[in-house]
Amino acid sequence: MDKSVITVVGKDTVGIIAKVCTYLAGRQINILDISQTIVQGFFNMMMIVDTSSMDTDFTTLSDELGSLGEEIGVQIKCQKEEIFDMMHRI
Amino acid sequence: MINMKEVFETNAMVEKENLDVRTITMGISLLDCAGGDVDTVCKKIAEKIKRYAGNLAGTAEGIAREFGIPIVNKRVSVTPIALVGASCCKSPADYLKIALTLDRTASEIGINFLGGFSAIVSKGMTESDRMMIESIPEVLAQTQIICSSVNVGSTKTGINMDAVRLMGHIVKETAVKTADRDSFGCAKLVVLCNAPDDNPFMAGAFHGVTEADAIINVGVSGPGVVKYALEKVHGKSFEVLCETIKKTAFKITRVGQAVAQEASRRLGVPFGIIDLSLAPTPAIGDSVADILQEIGLEKAGAPGTTAALALLNDQVKKGGVMASSYVGGLSGAFIPVSEDQGMIEAAECGALCIEKLEAMTCVCSVGLDMIAIPGDTPDSTISGIIADEAAIGMVNQKTTAVRIIPVIGKGVGDTVEFGGLLGHAPIMPVNRFGCEEFISREGRIPAPIHSFKN
Repeated sequence: MDKSVITVVGKDTVGIIAKVCTYLAGRQINILDISQTIVQGFFNMMMIVDTSSMDTDFTTLSDELGSLGEEIGVQIKCQKEEIFDMMHRI
Repeated sequence: MINMKEVFETNAMVEKENLDVRTITMGISLLDCAGGDVDTVCKKIAEKIKRYAGNLAGTAEGIAREFGIPIVNKRVSVTPIALVGASCCKSPADYLKIALTLDRTASEIGINFLGGFSAIVSKGMTESDRMMIESIPEVLAQTQIICSSVNVGSTKTGINMDAVRLMGHIVKETAVKTADRDSFGCAKLVVLCNAPDDNPFMAGAFHGVTEADAIINVGVSGPGVVKYALEKVHGKSFEVLCETIKKTAFKITRVGQAVAQEASRRLGVPFGIIDLSLAPTPAIGDSVADILQEIGLEKAGAPGTTAALALLNDQVKKGGVMASSYVGGLSGAFIPVSEDQGMIEAAECGALCIEKLEAMTCVCSVGLDMIAIPGDTPDSTISGIIADEAAIGMVNQKTTAVRIIPVIGKGVGDTVEFGGLLGHAPIMPVNRFGCEEFISREGRIPAPIHSFKN
């Protein structure tokens, strides 16, 4: 399994999760976990995904998620899970 | 599994608190490039650097993107060139030839700096060392991204005062040769005592002879992250203060460790060390001086500064050591003046003087760094400043360094702009009393008594 963390931050609107999930499905990326909250009208979401069978490379994934974010009006970042594990787990 | 709070904490460190990996530095041994003909040596040097570090910049950018952590600089450090060139360089012009090769090669592979135009003359100088040192002003004037360093002393050997005297002159000549660029050449030249073999930070980086053929060293940063963490425990006890710095240093260092391991794996070069440094930049909120202020000082340089810095330096090391499998380099808090907005302000308002900075260097990671002084400062005074710093390093068994810029044509009251990570600085006054006779003495200062541990 090759885990990555996708974070979405921005103004809440209709269909954010739907659009992100549709994109991920199209790229053969499996979603393992989703957490989401709204803080003062701001949408915060974190997804843990498995990219081991995705049909593209990490750079393209990251760029395409970035552009999708611009379309929706939110910021989308995709990072390898390792960096968070290293920082927060001994 | 990782939770949302942790993920957002990490990303806030990057987006709001200037967390970054300051440098991935690949150390490359050039010992096997030595030979009798300077052109052949240059050819071998270019080939070897390209072979090892050809993909360094691209690999670092890939890692930065995947981890979401900026990697600000990609650098290479090489074996001190005085060793590599000893058998083929018959004049300073031959050393210049090697330097131009290094500069060209470094540009071709897209790195930010290359360090190691260096000589280790802690006890004595060979003829070749001297020629190499004499070539430094011309080299720094003609190259763009080469950094030069000279180690003039150590706890084990004492201080080579002949080299100290020579370096006062070389610093000044470098300033003169780059006078049209506000004596910028001196920003790429550092005089060290107890220089480490595995330092990834410029201008003092070189690949020591104790190292393997190639190695990956990583320098972390993150003064902003420490400052933001301390804001949350404002006014609390020293225990809480120290614990907070340690925990934050741990997290920052883990990022460096992750990046270093990944870079090592992808480049097929062994991981060397993490340098646990708080390296400031001129960006707002990325300042060591701001941390000192958050600890409780009105300005960096106020009474209490040395104690606060000692505490900070020690807690950074304590927190960072457990986060990495190997630590080394300079490790600690850096206090460059021009590269730290808080230090610049402290110098401008008169809170910080060179003498206080000197005291601070007794308890932090390096030395007098990026300090602009009047262009008419005598060579012997510069040597005196170097000797003082070297003495602090020698006696306290720590690395010290002097990177000082006598800005030709400028005096106290003027400012100088270096740009980028090097920032800007006010010209600071230097003690006007001389030390000419002291510096004119020949020979070396013996090693201190506590160096005899056998």
